[in-house]
Amino acid sequence: MATRVLDQHQAHVAHGEKTGLWSWITTVDHKRIGILYGATAFFFFLLGGIEALLLRIQLGTAENTFLSPETYNQLFTMHGTTMIFLAIMPLSAMFFNFMIPLLIGARDVAFPRLNAFSYWVFLLGGLFLNASFLFGAAPDAGWFGYANLTSKQYSPGLNVDFWMLGLQILGLASMAAALNFFVTIVNLRAPGMNLMRMPMFVWMSFITQVLLLLAFPVITVALILLMYDRFFGTHFFVPSGGGDPLLWQHLFWIFGHPEVYILILPAFGIVSEVLPVFSRKPLFGYAAMVFSGVFIAFLGFGVWSHHMFSTGLGPLADTFFALTTMLIAIPTGVKIFNWIGTMWGGSLQFRTPMLFAIGFIAMFIIGGLSGVMHSSPPADLQQTDTYFVVAHFHYVLFGGSIFGLTAGAYYWWPKMFGRMLNERLGKLHFWLMLAGFNLTFFPMHFVGLNGMPRRVYTYPKGLGFELLNQVETAGAFLLGVSFLVFLVNIFLTWRKPRNAPADPWNGATLEWSIPSPPPEFNFAEIPTVHGRDALWELKRERGGTLPEPARVSGVGIHMPNPSYWPLVTAVGILAFFVFLMLLGHTGIWPVVASFGLVLLGVFKWAYEPAG
Amino acid sequence: MESHVSTQGHAHPTASLYFKVGLVLFVLTALEVGLYEITYGEHTGALGPTIKPFFVPLLLLLSAAKFALVGMFYMHLKQDSKLFSGVFVFPLIIAAFIIVALMVLHAYTFAFARSG
Amino acid sequence: MTAHAHAAHLETSTGLDNRKVAIWTFIGSECMFFATLISNYLVNKGRSLVGPFPHEPWTSPTGQHFEPIFEIPLVTLGTALLLFSSLFVVLALSGAQRGDRKALIGWLAATIACGLFFVGMQVYEFTHFVHEGLGFTTNLFGSSFYTLTGFHGTHVTIGVLWLATVWKDALRGKLPPHKSLNLEMAALYWHFVDVVWIIIFPVVYLIK
Repeated sequence: MATRVLDQHQAHVAHGEKTGLWSWITTVDHKRIGILYGATAFFFFLLGGIEALLLRIQLGTAENTFLSPETYNQLFTMHGTTMIFLAIMPLSAMFFNFMIPLLIGARDVAFPRLNAFSYWVFLLGGLFLNASFLFGAAPDAGWFGYANLTSKQYSPGLNVDFWMLGLQILGLASMAAALNFFVTIVNLRAPGMNLMRMPMFVWMSFITQVLLLLAFPVITVALILLMYDRFFGTHFFVPSGGGDPLLWQHLFWIFGHPEVYILILPAFGIVSEVLPVFSRKPLFGYAAMVFSGVFIAFLGFGVWSHHMFSTGLGPLADTFFALTTMLIAIPTGVKIFNWIGTMWGGSLQFRTPMLFAIGFIAMFIIGGLSGVMHSSPPADLQQTDTYFVVAHFHYVLFGGSIFGLTAGAYYWWPKMFGRMLNERLGKLHFWLMLAGFNLTFFPMHFVGLNGMPRRVYTYPKGLGFELLNQVETAGAFLLGVSFLVFLVNIFLTWRKPRNAPADPWNGATLEWSIPSPPPEFNFAEIPTVHGRDALWELKRERGGTLPEPARVSGVGIHMPNPSYWPLVTAVGILAFFVFLMLLGHTGIWPVVASFGLVLLGVFKWAYEPAG
Repeated sequence: MESHVSTQGHAHPTASLYFKVGLVLFVLTALEVGLYEITYGEHTGALGPTIKPFFVPLLLLLSAAKFALVGMFYMHLKQDSKLFSGVFVFPLIIAAFIIVALMVLHAYTFAFARSG
Repeated sequence: MTAHAHAAHLETSTGLDNRKVAIWTFIGSECMFFATLISNYLVNKGRSLVGPFPHEPWTSPTGQHFEPIFEIPLVTLGTALLLFSSLFVVLALSGAQRGDRKALIGWLAATIACGLFFVGMQVYEFTHFVHEGLGFTTNLFGSSFYTLTGFHGTHVTIGVLWLATVWKDALRGKLPPHKSLNLEMAALYWHFVDVVWIIIFPVVYLIK
């Protein structure tokens, strides 16, 4: 068992924690994988942000010629696809990876090599998708790729192929990770941590994994059918062959709606962690939070056609989906009241994580209100395809997910990196982001209701859209500045010594009981949990505080060996899809060979001593 | 006292039970095909049209029975932890809903568009 | 009295092995995959603009005549084989858990043989259909049929590969009772593939 007390450097050396590129390439440590996810996702987030700024420059002036229509289409498609699949989801994955084992008192995830595999597939998928820019053929049919615009007839270039195959690659990464975290949460909880004692972030993440596992297969099939249409001449979505373009919309949104809950639930979880700590009060209505989350997930599979109210489904279908959509607002409302209830009567500490969490609540309420307005089919007929919808989903995705994820970043930064982010810069970041965000997206409600359509590269002069679009563009740049502040903060913090305390915030959960950053094995001794808010519980037992945990050597604790087979398998998968795209040029054999490489990777992985 | 927790339950099914289930599965399949032949065969006279309205429900019932038998006895859901049943049945419910919803939506839209 | 494979006391929260939870979770996810493929088939049913059709004859505008393309006896044989293969694999698993190497190797070989036969039947069926004029892109029926049964067949093939790997381990004496989970996982996957066919067989072949 863990014996000698060490300083940080000794701790690294004693446990053989390696440095250097190869150690990162073969890592199976959930903390390192989390950091890899975070860094990669943040890079893609900035890329998506630049894409957004370019869009806003174009739209800042009526009848602008800054971007051609084709370039505009590529940029708005990539902005959406990047933000959803390459930014928000992997930023959430950063927290799943780093924090879930710590929150449940585990040493790692259930399948460490599968974890590494998920990251590599994500990275390669993101690179594949963005490689399209090098060919001047970035996806350009929207992040939702409606048929039959995506058919070979109307999109003959490589753009849609990149999108279609890129999403398949990313889907594999998501599903592998979801499987891993599902089993981890089910099976690796510390003794005494029954399901109703888990931290709320773990609960929300758990529900997210279930959604991932159930929703992604649907889009996998949809993309396969699209691929068959484009590559082999089937007519699944082609009317002239008997197919139905609307089928694509159904399949896409059966995936797409659960996907938006996948995007928001982790942020719900983060906020549910931050608010109690900075209100010095337990989360209000724990059970209601759990059940509302489960209800949202279940019902989330029954609302999808509210994305299709203008497609002529008929009054019966419209009514059914309107009702389910209105219904799903209820559990969401429950959560909002519970968050407010958590703060009510609490001793509020307005540190940066708390500011972002409160900002989240306010912004998400606005986004939720516009969402509920969409639930009425006749009202939606005016709102759909206008900037009103753009406003709605940015309020929930940016005001919601990004604010929530940023709260998580400031909150967990000391745990992950051993340094506290600068508090003044953090507050500056918050206020600039709040201002920039609202300047950018609030006017969109108005231009949308006044008729400005979305997904169009410009608008005519004289329709009254100019002023607000200029405001929006200015807001977007202010948002960019806020992220510069964040980057400066990160950079300055990086140069500080790695001496953050284990528990800077007086946290309620187990991750604050181990050093910052944690040793490779996380817990020297797996804790036993006696209730919710396990760490507050423990502190109460010990008279209010816990001593700073010592860094111990971890001798005798066996951690899984590193491996490169996950990366090899991931490369095989990338090759498979690359050669699938080049089917017409290089034929079937490279595809088969790539599949062979995948099989090789899997077999070697399976028979490798896991250690 | 045995406190072990294992990957399988305590009531180990015997080979005899497995064979019996196999036989039932075979019989159910034969019934399915038999039902098909009766309903659509040329030599069954009036029996075919009589059964026709019940054909699909009966067929689905038979296949559901086969599904349940394989699940409960071959996949050991009957004696294993209920977690596995939950992890299997929950997606099945969503899957069934999706299949039915898509069929209804398409039939409705098809008919609706036709009549509109 | 035979010795049972008592799994070691697992220190997981549920007492269940991670890998067994994982395979069941994967199977749950695959339910949605096949549900979407089945939905696609059902939604496209009756929407083909041209034949050949599954259950009805059809004459093309150019006068070419096509019989209904399905051959129920052949498919029924394949269905029966797949069902028996589920029986065989569970007998093999029982053998593995009891340490009965002969039962394990014998029944597992029978399972693999049935699986290979099924794949062979499908390959024959596909080839025959193409020969009869039903290509992948001929009509919606062909596209949907080949996609659905093709993916199922791919799953069967992967299952055969997996079982063969386990069989190889068994032959080399590397599948003692305490490692029987390796076979159990493959067997669960195999049963799932069978169960999907239990749905496909009536829905595609028997319902007109």
